[in-house]
Amino acid sequence: MDSVIEFASALCLLTGSFFCLSGGIGIIRFPDFYTRMHAVGVTDTLGAGMILVGLMLLRPESLVLIKLIMILLMTLFISPTASHALAKAALRSGCAPLLYRKDKE
Amino acid sequence: MKHTISLSLTLGAFWLLNSDHNTPLILSLGVVSVAFVIYLTHRMDVVDHESQPVHLTAKLPGYYVWLGKEIILANISVVKHVWLGNQTISPTLATLVASQETDMGRVIYATSITLTPGTVAVDLAGDQIIVHALLRENIEALEAGEMDRRVKLLEDSCL
Repeated sequence: MDSVIEFASALCLLTGSFFCLSGGIGIIRFPDFYTRMHAVGVTDTLGAGMILVGLMLLRPESLVLIKLIMILLMTLFISPTASHALAKAALRSGCAPLLYRKDKE
Repeated sequence: MKHTISLSLTLGAFWLLNSDHNTPLILSLGVVSVAFVIYLTHRMDVVDHESQPVHLTAKLPGYYVWLGKEIILANISVVKHVWLGNQTISPTLATLVASQETDMGRVIYATSITLTPGTVAVDLAGDQIIVHALLRENIEALEAGEMDRRVKLLEDSCL
């Protein structure tokens, strides 16, 4: 039973790391400020989420579990607020988004 | 009054779960800090239905489950486009109309949009939300109004 939980935890940690890595690559690859912010969203939600769930599986009986759940909830409340503030500030100070044009096809 | 009680209980639980030291000294320090925070928030005049949405508590879990599913699907789509490269994305800026009537409902809707990867609510004025999306399809999905309808239901259930 223990090895099953450890395997599940490892799987969650691995998926979480993959999402964080993809988010990081997205930040480098995407062309402008606003599209890069979408890549950050991946790291913030599933990346952090899967890593925290993976850690939760390792210590399901202790108070650590509740602290990890608190961290997860805090991240999910704080990160959209920060993203929104950044995006609004960028648009107000005249950072024009690159937009998709149909004639490019 | 019920918002003050709810805030005290939340802060008390937060302190207890984070400290895990049940000695009289630590517990009394906890009581003092909770009382101080309650005093501060009253002075700032922020204890009301917006900071303590107790009326939403019963309906939220169902919405969270649905939002969680949407976030997972959106994550997979954004990660796919990270690896596929810049030729496959179609950044779009659009203005959506929120059908919610209260500020609370609109904020829940805008925050849900931002929390879902691939879409960010850039500005919110009145019932107009300016949304930046990584893909044209993301905007189309929002315009179809599934999320808008669910937040409206959540809001209606507590009026």
